[in-house]
Amino acid sequence: MSGKSLKAIVESLIFIHDHPLSLDRLALILEEHERADIRLALEELVEEYSAGERGIILAQVAGGYQFRSRPEHADYIRRLTKSKGVKFSQSALETLAIIAYRQPVTRAEVEYLRGVDSGGVLKTLLEKKLLRILGKKDVPGKPLIYGTSREFLELFSLKDLASLPTLKEIQELAPPDPFADQPALPLDSVEP
Amino acid sequence: MPLESMQSNLFSDALENAYRVQIEEFEGPLDLLLHLIKKNELDIYNIPIAAITRQYLEYMELLKELNLDIAGEFLVMAATLLQIKSRMLLPVTQDEEEAEAEDPRAELVRRLLEYQRYRDASHQLSSRNLLGRDVFARKFDSPELAELVPNEEPADVELFDLIEAFQRVLARVSVETFHNVVTDGISIADRISEVLSLLHELKTISFDALFSDGMTRDLLVVTFLSILELCKLKLIKITQVESLGAIWLTSSSQDDDVITDAVKAEDLEMEGLVVG
Repeated sequence: MSGKSLKAIVESLIFIHDHPLSLDRLALILEEHERADIRLALEELVEEYSAGERGIILAQVAGGYQFRSRPEHADYIRRLTKSKGVKFSQSALETLAIIAYRQPVTRAEVEYLRGVDSGGVLKTLLEKKLLRILGKKDVPGKPLIYGTSREFLELFSLKDLASLPTLKEIQELAPPDPFADQPALPLDSVEP
Repeated sequence: MPLESMQSNLFSDALENAYRVQIEEFEGPLDLLLHLIKKNELDIYNIPIAAITRQYLEYMELLKELNLDIAGEFLVMAATLLQIKSRMLLPVTQDEEEAEAEDPRAELVRRLLEYQRYRDASHQLSSRNLLGRDVFARKFDSPELAELVPNEEPADVELFDLIEAFQRVLARVSVETFHNVVTDGISIADRISEVLSLLHELKTISFDALFSDGMTRDLLVVTFLSILELCKLKLIKITQVESLGAIWLTSSSQDDDVITDAVKAEDLEMEGLVVG
């Protein structure tokens, strides 16, 4: 009986919170309840929302729980909100990928891996709060160290960094040919 | 140059515009090299360096022909390719053979493979369910910040006020060590990270709240140094509403200029490194 009401309480807390709500935070707020019970309530809620024919799901993102729309409804929601959503340039995505997998990482390391200057991209990503400065590296020049932020996890629907597929897994997935829609360079015609 | 004049005959304006579009698709020299390898169906572990170098340089000629600025990175890679090519032409000396000298291409191949891995990872990232594109959450216009920060115009805090406040903390948290126990200290960088994520969550935090009673003297000092460092990096704002009132730390990351400054400072440092 009390378990049932706890589930409803947890549901309402997640509903009104503007960011993913973590188990730690819930346990602090619901101090009269056992942590294990709260965890169970969360698991049941996730299960119920995903099983039912509901428009929303309880997603586990950025170390917490948040109600989100189903991805298959994206078209309808975009009609309502008129938002096109975020669109990333290839350079922004590359930089994010490198930092997500290699953090903590300095700008010089990012630039070595990408082979191009990345100061502008880093700045933009910092402004969008997808990256954060973790500190300074103890080497000559004391370069800043970058890592990904909580917003990064929220945006890319990641539970935590560990839930990123490993680089090895990505390779085995045989990624779509990135050149498929890129026309061939007219280099042959330059032949003297 | 004969090559150039021939090219200008070859290309009409319409074609030039077509190239322009394609050129922008290359993220950098590594991207271009991977494209050339793919296009020619070459084995990445056994790149015919002469052929690749020729194609690479032709592409650079094309860029020049179209009066596009060639980014410095492309020139560096061209030089690297030529260096590898010349090293492969040189006969291997006895000494080098005995030492099993590394293939001159090895470093380039490593970089290409590594770059390819991260590029694949970036495709993987963008295919996830993005918040605001594929999945949506409710939006809140929360007046939290307005409630937390007192309404009066906050005044900037002098360094002296900070030190005074820290002395009060030290007095309050009278930590006396009677025996020496080696503890795992926390670094300033770690503490900075902690303070930042706290500020991220709460937006505003009082100076005193960062120093709880159970803390060791070491941790108190590290925390204080972290606050100073954060202030220096302009990542936080330190304000006080009335003199002798509570001192408030606010995350200033919403202020775009601040990040710009931090990165600019980094820019300068980087330039210094590159030149040196």
